[in-house]
Amino acid sequence: MDAPTFHQTTTTRLTMDFINQHIQEFYFVLFCVFIGIEVIANVPAILHTPLMSGANAISGVILVGAIIVMLRVPEDDYLNLTLGGIAVFLGTLNISGGFFVTGRMLKMFSPKK
Amino acid sequence: MMAFIEVGYLVATFSFLAGLKFMSSPKSAKTGNLIAAMGMVLAVTLTFFAAITATVPYTNLIIMLLAIAVGTIIGKFLSDKVEMTGMPQLVSIFNATGGGCAMLLGVVEANQMDVTTAILGNQILLIAGLVTGAIAFTGSIIAERKLAGKVKDRRSKTVIFSARFLLVLMVLLPVLYFFGIIPIEFTAFMYVLATLAMVYGVLFVLPIGGADMPVVISLLNSITGIATALAGFVYGNKAMIAGGIFVGAAGILLTLLMCKAMNRSLMKVLAGTFKKSKNGAVEEDQDIKEISISETALSLSFAQKVAIVPGYGLAVAQAQHVCSQLQQLLEKRNVEVDYIIHPVAGRMPGHMNVLLAEANVDYSRLKEMDEGNENMQQYDTVLVLGANDVVNPAAENNPDSPVYGMPIIRAYESKQVIVLKRSMNKGYAGVQNELFGLDNCKILFGDAKTSLLEIVNQLKLI
Repeated sequence: MDAPTFHQTTTTRLTMDFINQHIQEFYFVLFCVFIGIEVIANVPAILHTPLMSGANAISGVILVGAIIVMLRVPEDDYLNLTLGGIAVFLGTLNISGGFFVTGRMLKMFSPKK
Repeated sequence: MMAFIEVGYLVATFSFLAGLKFMSSPKSAKTGNLIAAMGMVLAVTLTFFAAITATVPYTNLIIMLLAIAVGTIIGKFLSDKVEMTGMPQLVSIFNATGGGCAMLLGVVEANQMDVTTAILGNQILLIAGLVTGAIAFTGSIIAERKLAGKVKDRRSKTVIFSARFLLVLMVLLPVLYFFGIIPIEFTAFMYVLATLAMVYGVLFVLPIGGADMPVVISLLNSITGIATALAGFVYGNKAMIAGGIFVGAAGILLTLLMCKAMNRSLMKVLAGTFKKSKNGAVEEDQDIKEISISETALSLSFAQKVAIVPGYGLAVAQAQHVCSQLQQLLEKRNVEVDYIIHPVAGRMPGHMNVLLAEANVDYSRLKEMDEGNENMQQYDTVLVLGANDVVNPAAENNPDSPVYGMPIIRAYESKQVIVLKRSMNKGYAGVQNELFGLDNCKILFGDAKTSLLEIVNQLKLI
């Protein structure tokens, strides 16, 4: 038996691995949070509704994940094909509806003569 | 090919950021929306083409193509059809779809996952994304139903207690599971948590009062964003992480803004509690001064600067268009007309601005509360339409009042205030409005829309 003091426990090792693999993403998240807040804080109150529906549409980027997951589902796995299909449908609905309705609202804010 | 796709995601991320940046002015916002939408189409198209080059069964591709086609068409249809007053409901529905997508994505991914080789961290992220997605999904559906008036508030102790219990459970169970204390399969565990999260979503929105809905919609929006970011982590996809985080940030920012505008803490909103006035309702006798339609029309036409303070009552009565007509008539007489809009005048952040923009009011006339307050002394007449609590001076000078501490539009500082009111009923907070008793305040009784129409007719004659 090895001396346990020289070996990290499995959990700690896994945590370390995870951090090593994702450290770049952690930095990325950090910057996104601050840049996001700075940019969005500059949106005037009159545009808060379009901001929200536009942001909503952007969160539809989850569709990318839904497509990736659909690539891996075996052809005969009907349950997951159905669930994945619904996911793709919902994600698309989010994007299409979100951007269209934001566009419709913003058209009303066009400068008037 | 992979590098090509990665660059595509980079461009998409940039487009989201640019899109949000362009929202800082009404002039550029339309372009911003277009840029963000194009970035999104790029990201999705590239992912899809990556799918075709890989050996993916045709069944999967066909299902995806169908789902995308149907989703696009329904999205366009819903957004074309919606009334501007129904915007909060529609945004809630779209938010629910985002949450639902995140949840299902987590379920399918968990079903596909090889638990023996999967990294623990990814499993945790997957579960976290799935849970947040599920909460946003059912929460947004309930929010939509409440906004549509189909579901009433349920503020019973059982609901609030169950919601908190579930919340604790959803934190505790994964901890126990990942330490190997709960010996069930990963997929089974995932289904249990998804169910708990969906029930929690319902229970968490149920007790929230109607006036607090702007807060909840913002919060749910932010939760969907976080779910997206978590899923992005699982796939190491930076476009998803960035998109999700931006939405999360926007949602949180708006949530805090709405809370501040109502002087309510987020915890109180979530618990559905209201501040009761301390020593019962101390009603003082108010000296109410009535004003007639023709007097109102006359004083409006002789004013130099007029401000209109609209409340949601105006939108309910569908009187925005009459309001805009009144503005045009006054402008012809060289009267300057501004709208001063309280942040919570509507059912979602910025809702009233959209309603007025729809009625052809130029956005340069829409003033935020602070700007309006600064210039309040310059206004000869302030017309209060369908608003009540947001102009109540008690919020500033009566510590016993339930509205005390809420930022208000200081209409009382103007030269004259005319309030259009159906009766002396109280506002949403159920408190007496001290404004009505002030010397410079007059009341025009009657239905707001009818009164406005009559004022417009009088002005045409003068």
